[in-house]
Amino acid sequence: MSATRLRPEPALVVAPQSLPRLLAGLPPGDRPVTLDEHLARYGSVREGGRSRSLIDLVEASGLRGRGGAAFPTATKLRAVASRRGRPVVVVNGTEGEPASGKDKVLLRYVPNLVLDGAVAAAEAVGAREAFVAVAHGATAESAAVAEAIDSRRRRKLDGRVALRLVEVPDRFVAGEETALVQFLNGGPAKPTFTPPRPFERGVGGAPTLVQNAETLAHVAQIARFGPDWFRRVGTAAEPGSILVTLSGAIARPGVYEVALGSPLRDLLAQAGGVREEVQAYLVGGYFGTWVRADRAAGLRLSEAEVSLGARAIVALPARTCGLAETARIARYLSDEGAGQCGPCVHGLGAIAGALELLASGDRTDRRDRIERWVAAVRGRGACHHPDGASGFAASALEVFADEVELHLRQGRCSGSRR
Amino acid sequence: MSKVVRVNPIACEAHGLCAELLPERITLDEWGHPIVDPTPVTGQVEKHARRAAAACPTLALLLAEAGRRSPVMD
Repeated sequence: MSATRLRPEPALVVAPQSLPRLLAGLPPGDRPVTLDEHLARYGSVREGGRSRSLIDLVEASGLRGRGGAAFPTATKLRAVASRRGRPVVVVNGTEGEPASGKDKVLLRYVPNLVLDGAVAAAEAVGAREAFVAVAHGATAESAAVAEAIDSRRRRKLDGRVALRLVEVPDRFVAGEETALVQFLNGGPAKPTFTPPRPFERGVGGAPTLVQNAETLAHVAQIARFGPDWFRRVGTAAEPGSILVTLSGAIARPGVYEVALGSPLRDLLAQAGGVREEVQAYLVGGYFGTWVRADRAAGLRLSEAEVSLGARAIVALPARTCGLAETARIARYLSDEGAGQCGPCVHGLGAIAGALELLASGDRTDRRDRIERWVAAVRGRGACHHPDGASGFAASALEVFADEVELHLRQGRCSGSRR
Repeated sequence: MSKVVRVNPIACEAHGLCAELLPERITLDEWGHPIVDPTPVTGQVEKHARRAAAACPTLALLLAEAGRRSPVMD
């Protein structure tokens, strides 16, 4: 006969039963949830006597990284935990993607949820130090994180894990994980050649877990409410909710929390619909793909249908030229490269230049060249910058094929009245 | 353990010697940067690959173990 096992009394915490989950209970007014409010809602992430290890819980949840690459979070946690030496955790809140604002929203309004995840992950892999990387110039986010770290320290909430805020140059590539590591090691915020990857040798040479801020906020909730709760939203293959940043011709642009696999149509409705006729959506941010409005009508927010990348969606009005917008973004991506790898420097510059000429009405057909350059840069950088930028350009040629024809034939586009 | 040729694109300055010394695996793109055929190198070709790696002025050409892909990506 066995005695009834006494389980620790769970904190009086109620798991969010519907969406939003991460953004539940934001206070009125433009201020962060304080640590007191946060603890009243959720309790401490370290209490509650988890019956399974956090890594097992995360694995059972099926959580994938929310930074853009959608890599299984548990695999990354395990890889870091299995290395020799005391690991370091880096919270990636840099969000260099111009079309995305979701991580900033988390850091600004629920910093303690992100920090809970960072501390839980640090304890799971055996780290005692977690750096919270925020872009330089994101002053409200930095202030909210600094205040949260301070409050937690005063309460000695995080045991042996020390949290440190770090400001990182506000550049597109600075959030790439090897760039973050190099910056934290005193170098420039530019990607490095791999291997070693950060999980092998990162900050100070230690195995380093670099996790996106939203990913860690989900980790904090999985630690509290468990994998079954997490899977109640989303699909079997892609469980959980995601934060999506909607911008462009949207009635109420902003950050929304939706279930993975849910229709884009529902998200648009939540945002008050479109402000005017839309010809295409850029799905996945600047590394993303253009999706024509007719196809977008039936689109589900699932990696199986379209790469969601940084989960930023931009609605392009019908009256604007898709090629001009494409050329603008291609130039931005070319300028925002680290300038380190020849194929990326030359290739993205060439692609941007050709797109600019095409958009401006130059009638030389450069499609073959652009396609050649797109193929030429793929996989040839130290990081994935050329892959993302060239994939974006390729999708524009495909989706705006009619527009390209019009430009080549008439030297003008449907977007102008010239 | 078979080897493949890799280029560290950050270190590479497009001197182009590798394409001269290892035409079996390396061609140059229109800007003079190496395009590497990832087929493993063996025998005589491996010898040429080692010679090319040693000759690279910026030591950007490497022989790496085939199939070694990081289990973790960003």
